[in-house]
Amino acid sequence: MAKFEPVLFARIQKNDSQALAGYRADGGYAALKKALGMAPADVTTMVKDSALRGRGGAGFPCGLKWTFLPKDHPGPIYLAVNADESEPGTFNNRILMEEDPHQLLEGIAIACHAIKSNTAYIYLRYEYGRSYRVLDAAIKECYAAGLLGKNILGTGFNLDVHLHRGAAAYICGEETGLIESLEGKRAWPRIKPPFPAVEGLFRKPTIVNNVETLCCVTHIVYRGVEWFKSMGVPPDPNNPRDPGSYGPKLYCVSGHVNKPTCVELPMGVTARELIDEHAGGVWKGRKAKAVVPGGISMGFLSAAELDTPLDFAGPGKAGCLGLGTAAVVVVDDHTSMVEVLYNCCRFMSHESCGQCTPCREGTSWMTRILERIRTGNGKVEDLDLLMEVAGSMGIIPGTTICGLSDGAAWPVKNAIQKFRGEFEEFIRTGQKLRGPAEALMAAH
Amino acid sequence: MPALSPELKKKIEEVLPKYPNKQAATLPALHLVHDAHRSVSPEAIREIAQILELRPAEVYDTMTFYGFFREPDNPMGKDRVWVCRSISCALRGGEELLAGLCDKWSMHPGETSPDGRVSLEYAECLGVCEGAPCVLVNDECYPNQTVDSVAKLVSK
Repeated sequence: MAKFEPVLFARIQKNDSQALAGYRADGGYAALKKALGMAPADVTTMVKDSALRGRGGAGFPCGLKWTFLPKDHPGPIYLAVNADESEPGTFNNRILMEEDPHQLLEGIAIACHAIKSNTAYIYLRYEYGRSYRVLDAAIKECYAAGLLGKNILGTGFNLDVHLHRGAAAYICGEETGLIESLEGKRAWPRIKPPFPAVEGLFRKPTIVNNVETLCCVTHIVYRGVEWFKSMGVPPDPNNPRDPGSYGPKLYCVSGHVNKPTCVELPMGVTARELIDEHAGGVWKGRKAKAVVPGGISMGFLSAAELDTPLDFAGPGKAGCLGLGTAAVVVVDDHTSMVEVLYNCCRFMSHESCGQCTPCREGTSWMTRILERIRTGNGKVEDLDLLMEVAGSMGIIPGTTICGLSDGAAWPVKNAIQKFRGEFEEFIRTGQKLRGPAEALMAAH
Repeated sequence: MPALSPELKKKIEEVLPKYPNKQAATLPALHLVHDAHRSVSPEAIREIAQILELRPAEVYDTMTFYGFFREPDNPMGKDRVWVCRSISCALRGGEELLAGLCDKWSMHPGETSPDGRVSLEYAECLGVCEGAPCVLVNDECYPNQTVDSVAKLVSK
C-alpha cells in the first residue's frame, strides 16, 4: 500500500495557511471550478459514488442525503454547516476552521452548487472565537475575489455564506436542534420525519453537513472517487446495509496519553495504533484501562478491545454505540471508572435540552445515582437500576426525539457491562471520591 | 431612556438581511447586547423584541434556554473565565485548576469578583482537548493552563 499522504491536514502547518493567496497557490478552488463545470446532479452522483459518510457522528452517506431533497423545488434550499462541535474529546473541526478555512468554504460552495442552494449558514459554537474570526476574514476574502456572492467565477452561480454563532449548548449539534437554534428559538430537536432535506431551516429543504464532511467533498471533486475509495475499509460482505468506511479521517486523541493530538489517517486505524504510534503511548508508563472510541456518547472500549478498528462498523462490534466523532479519550489504569462515568453522566444531564422526559429525568437520575455511589452511599443494586434507566431512554428504545439520550445511556451501559467488577468492589469496600472543586460546584 | 443605544440598535438591524425572517436574528441580537451591557435587562429584551417583531416572552424564552446570557441581578464581569471540566480536561487536572482559581480569587463558579473584573465559570468541553486543561477567556481559548497562567491572562 502506498504511503498515506494527509490531505485534510496537508496545509495546517504552513505559515499563513488561512490566507486565500496561499490556498490558491496550492491548487485551492480548482475543485470548485471543476464542480461548477459539472451539472449539479453529476456532483451529487460523484459524492454518492465516493461513499463518503458524514463525519459528525451518525455516519450517514452524504451523497444519499443530498438526493433526499425534493426534485425541481422552486427554492430556496439551504445548506446548514454543522460547526457546533461539542462532543467531549472532539476538536478536529476546530483545527480545520482555524488553520485552513478556505478548504471548508470551497466544500461549502461545491455542496451548494450540487444541492442548488444559494445560501449557506455556518452554525458555529460560540466557544470557537478564533474559528469565527478566521472564517469571517476568509469569507470577506472570497467575496472580494468573486468566489462568493454573485456570478461566482463567471458561471452565473450565486452564493452567500453567513456565520451564525451559537450560545454554548451541546444540543445545537443535533441537526434539527441546530435548525431551531438558527431560527432564533430554543434548540429543541424536531420530530422526524419530516427530515430536514424535505422541511428544514425556515421550513425549506435543508441539508445539514459537518465541517470535516464538507472538506472531504472538496478533495473528492479534486482527486476523484477512486482516490477516496483507495483507502479505508470496504463494506462487510455479510452486511448488505454496510456502505463501507472510505477515505481519510481526522482522529482526535486526548486524555491520559503522552502527546494528545489530532491526526489524519485512513479510516480503520485501531485504538492501539492511535495511542502507541501517534499519541506517544499512555502517560506515566501506565496502561490504558478504558478508551472512549468516538466521543463519550459512544461508550467505552476495555483494555482487551484496543485492537478494534475505528471505522464506522468497528466500535459497534465491541458493544459501543458507533464511531461517533472518532474522538479517542484514553483513561489510565490509575483512574476510577466511577469517576469517569460520573463525569460523562453529569455532562449529559447538564446538556439534555429537557424536551423529552426520559432524557431529562434519566440523565439527572443517573447522575444522582452515581453521585450516591461515589460518595460512599451506593448499593450494588444501584448498578442494575442504572442499567434499567439507561435501557429506557433514547431513540433505540423509542422514548426520545433525538439521539442525545442514546449517547447518555451508552457510557453507562458499557461501563457497567465491561467494568462491573470495579463498580461492585468500589461499593462493597465503601470507597469515596470527592473531586477538588466539588464543594464549590454544589451551589451551581 | 431606551436600554439600547442607537448604535446598538443599528448593529442589530444590520444583521437582519442575513435571514429570511427577523426571529432568526434573536441570538445575534442577544450577543450584541450581552457583549455591550454584560447582561440583558427586561427593557433590552422588550426593545430587541420590538426590532424583531416578536413578543418579549419569545426573546426571553430563547435567551434563558442557553444559560449563556446573564441577567442584571448577576451581570458578567469584564472578563469571563470558563474552566473546562469535561472528560479530557478532567483527566488532566481541569477540576483542580478550577478549584485553584476559586481559592486564589476567593470565588465560587458562577460568581463575579466584587470589582467586576472577572466572572469565573465552569465550562463543558471547549474543544481544545489536546491542550487539557484548557480555559476560555471570553471567546479565546488557552491550552495547558495552570492557576498562575490563568491569573496572568486575566491581569493583562
